[in-house]
Amino acid sequence: MNPYVPILFMLGLGFAFAALSVGASLVVGPKRYNRAKLEAYECGIQPSPHPAGGGRVPIKYYLTAMLFIIFDIESVFLYPFAVAFNRLGLFALVEMVLFILTVFVAYAYVWRRGGLEWD
Amino acid sequence: MGIEEKLPAGFLLSTVEGLAGYMRKASMWPVTFGLACCAIEMMAVGTPDYDIARFGMERFSATPRQADLMIVAGRVSQKMAPVVRQVYDQMPNPKWVISMGVCASSGGMFNNYAIVQGVDHIIPVDIYLPGCPPRPQMLLNAIIELHKQVQSTPLGVNRVAAARAAEEAALQATPTHQMKGLLA
Repeated sequence: MNPYVPILFMLGLGFAFAALSVGASLVVGPKRYNRAKLEAYECGIQPSPHPAGGGRVPIKYYLTAMLFIIFDIESVFLYPFAVAFNRLGLFALVEMVLFILTVFVAYAYVWRRGGLEWD
Repeated sequence: MGIEEKLPAGFLLSTVEGLAGYMRKASMWPVTFGLACCAIEMMAVGTPDYDIARFGMERFSATPRQADLMIVAGRVSQKMAPVVRQVYDQMPNPKWVISMGVCASSGGMFNNYAIVQGVDHIIPVDIYLPGCPPRPQMLLNAIIELHKQVQSTPLGVNRVAAARAAEEAALQATPTHQMKGLLA
């Protein structure tokens, strides 16, 4: 038998114990309903009402996420270049400068169009 | 008893009530409900000098969802009363209440319109602890009394019978406004 099978068995045992505990308490436990028990805990005051579905999420979070993706991918390309650039010669340098300039056009556009303003 | 002598060595018998009572009292977590000066004495009980950790109660839980015991330590103002009730309601059963100090028990020295004259106007209380403030040893005594009550709580059919007996006794007892005291 594979020596790692007991670990899998322990995993299953742990999962079964949790399931049994929750199931047994659902079946055997008393149900004493109380409206406050189901409300959010807000240090004893009545919880403030929240709009259903989480309300309208401001669009600026989406914009920030998009900009992060673009510039993060750019920096991922820069990491191996930064490690190996002294062995790659002039051709790689020119190549990388052109790449950065291309992304820089996008950066300048976002900057001038106000995409970096948070409010 | 009779059965335990006939069993081979290494067996111990108990009752379900005894076991459940022991498990309930052995690590009863209080909810942090220090309101005023009595809270300082409650904090002192948490120190190593008086040591509430020997009862397993050093973990005062801020959330009532994980608490068993509510030690109302301090005066309850009219503004705080719905908060007390909401926190009590959000505690899951089984739960117990110690009203610590005279202000929580009866309004204390504040006999006015701003302080609730006894937290038992709002929530059911198990142990009343007088003192202004009670010394930490007195709070420990109240906790030990509560542990004795919890250890001997009847369950199931016994609980129904005990409730009926308590109701009978309450109906037979003299009402508060007819109690004459020691001079009568």
